[in-house]
Amino acid sequence: MSKPIQAGDGSVLVIEIQDMTKTYLMGLTEVHALRGVSLTIRPGEYVAIVGASGSGKSTLMNMIGLLDRPTSGSYRIRGEEVSDLSRRRMADLRNREIGFIFQSFNLLARTSALRQVQLPLFYAGTPGGQSKQRAADALERVGLGDRINHRPDELSGGQQQRVAIARALVNNPSLLLADEPTGALDSKTGEELLLLFDELHSQGMTLVVVTHDDHVAHRAERIVTLRDGVVISDEPVIARAPTTRTPDDPAGDAQPA
Amino acid sequence: MKVIRYFAVALDSIRANKLRSSLTMLGIIIGVAAVLTTMGIGSGAAASITQRIESQGTNLLSVNAGGGGGSTSSTLTMGDAEALSDISLHPALLVVVPEYTASATLTNAATDSQSQVVGTSPAYAVVRNLEMAAGRFFDEAENDVNERVLVLGNTVAADLFAVADDALGQQVRVNGEPFMVVGVLAESGSAGFGGPDSRANVPIGVAQGRLINAPRYRGDYTITGLSIQADGTRMDAAELQIEQTMRLRHMLGPDDENDFSIFNQASLLEVAGEVAQTLTVFLGSIGAISLLVGGIGIMNIMLVSVTERTREIGLRKAVGAHDRDILLQFLIESLVLATIGGLIGMGISFGLAFAVGRIPNFPFSVIIQPQALLLALGVSSASGFVFGIYPAMRATRLDPIEALRFE
Repeated sequence: MSKPIQAGDGSVLVIEIQDMTKTYLMGLTEVHALRGVSLTIRPGEYVAIVGASGSGKSTLMNMIGLLDRPTSGSYRIRGEEVSDLSRRRMADLRNREIGFIFQSFNLLARTSALRQVQLPLFYAGTPGGQSKQRAADALERVGLGDRINHRPDELSGGQQQRVAIARALVNNPSLLLADEPTGALDSKTGEELLLLFDELHSQGMTLVVVTHDDHVAHRAERIVTLRDGVVISDEPVIARAPTTRTPDDPAGDAQPA
Repeated sequence: MKVIRYFAVALDSIRANKLRSSLTMLGIIIGVAAVLTTMGIGSGAAASITQRIESQGTNLLSVNAGGGGGSTSSTLTMGDAEALSDISLHPALLVVVPEYTASATLTNAATDSQSQVVGTSPAYAVVRNLEMAAGRFFDEAENDVNERVLVLGNTVAADLFAVADDALGQQVRVNGEPFMVVGVLAESGSAGFGGPDSRANVPIGVAQGRLINAPRYRGDYTITGLSIQADGTRMDAAELQIEQTMRLRHMLGPDDENDFSIFNQASLLEVAGEVAQTLTVFLGSIGAISLLVGGIGIMNIMLVSVTERTREIGLRKAVGAHDRDILLQFLIESLVLATIGGLIGMGISFGLAFAVGRIPNFPFSVIIQPQALLLALGVSSASGFVFGIYPAMRATRLDPIEALRFE
């Protein structure tokens, strides 16, 4: 992880969420995963979302990553209202602006690391030769340069996670989302990953990390805590320089000074 | 250009899932091979039947003694044959050949053969499309003087002499009378009882007189039948002319039934064509059932893999695939599988057809017809296509997170 990773045009990406709710139907019972969340994330911020399991933090993450649509409320990304976006536009945003690191990696079975990382490039229309080069570079950066032809079942959990990271970063997104990124990793690999996040953050990439691990959460600049589908606290991490709240951030207003 | 890239993705996916891909192809292979082979057998058998009948001449009419009533005493005579030969009265009849057929014992040294002996005239060879393997048919001169000459059918010759052609110039006893073999007929292809292969031909006078002592009717030798070559464009007129003359000569009243029967090769061909059609449809149905079974196999594989595929689609969408990208990929995947499977299936059935063609004495060859090819390829690709694209279409409609969590 030696070469620097250039973030995309992170400056223009703003996430504004207002009174977002999400209700699932599980069998006959309605599950209220989000009950009115408001949150603003500014370009270049490094935010951790924490909460007990079932608090809705993963749901919120999926909403931010455009993998799911809210039941009600507003979500604006780069000023565009998500509920007005076509499926096509959402796919393009997922492809170019957002990198997603899943807790369960979500690698394609029986497919080489190189092919996995080439996937976002393929859908971006990157020509074959260039795509191969960029995917190989991305794998090199996460320390898997010698394993580009290995398939997931030939890689350890940490290595699989790094393939997923290379895939998330290969299109130079301005927003990186990570769902429990260290959950499946040993502490040393986990630390390497956090160092990578620091580096990406310092280059201006916006990072949102869902975690239940305090240690991981405190690497961020700001911790948003969810309980039962609502934000119960949103505060800067003490160790870091306090960040200025935007006036329209109700969670920020609610917190003690 | 972009399509080529989708091909690359589809091929990657096929390669990455060899088991699933090959099981899907197996369904198509079995379907295509089964349909092509069964329908090929049907077409081959039909063609063989048609060809056998055609080899006897489609403008051939046979008149046999005895009507539908099952009368045994023959009223058909040499006089009838002569009367029908009058071209001015029967312009649709080209050649009229009398036959006197009876069973006889043929002997060469210690070898016996119980065969049909046909007493006839040299024109018989022309009317019946007989070809020679060796020697010649007996000629008019030999016929006129009742020469004891013999033309053996190929099977009879092979029975009496181990090698059929060796019979030429040999002496064979027919019911104890010595005959000279002047010719051996080529194999006619219409194997089995009643064909020219299992008969021996002699001048008609010899058969009626010395050999069998045929009964007479009103002073004339009786015959068992007539082979008539008619004008192929006027078969109906030919039948009518025969019937009129015969009824007149046999003094049949308006209420009397014919004491002879007219047999038309063309109508036989028609019947055989219908039989062959039925056979093809029957075998085609068996093939269609195989195709259905193959299709169900494809469906099962596709449904079993639907969970994995749905998640795969979820992931592809999460990293930016459009709905169209997903559908194109699955479309090309099914197309490639159907094409490869179809080609292998075709290869197998052509291989089988070739192998069957090499089996000695197999009665017919397997003929694979273009329409069977189209049917087989069409139906099996369609099933691969439908069952391959359906889960994809369903999964594409889901939000990425639903597809990712699909169970």
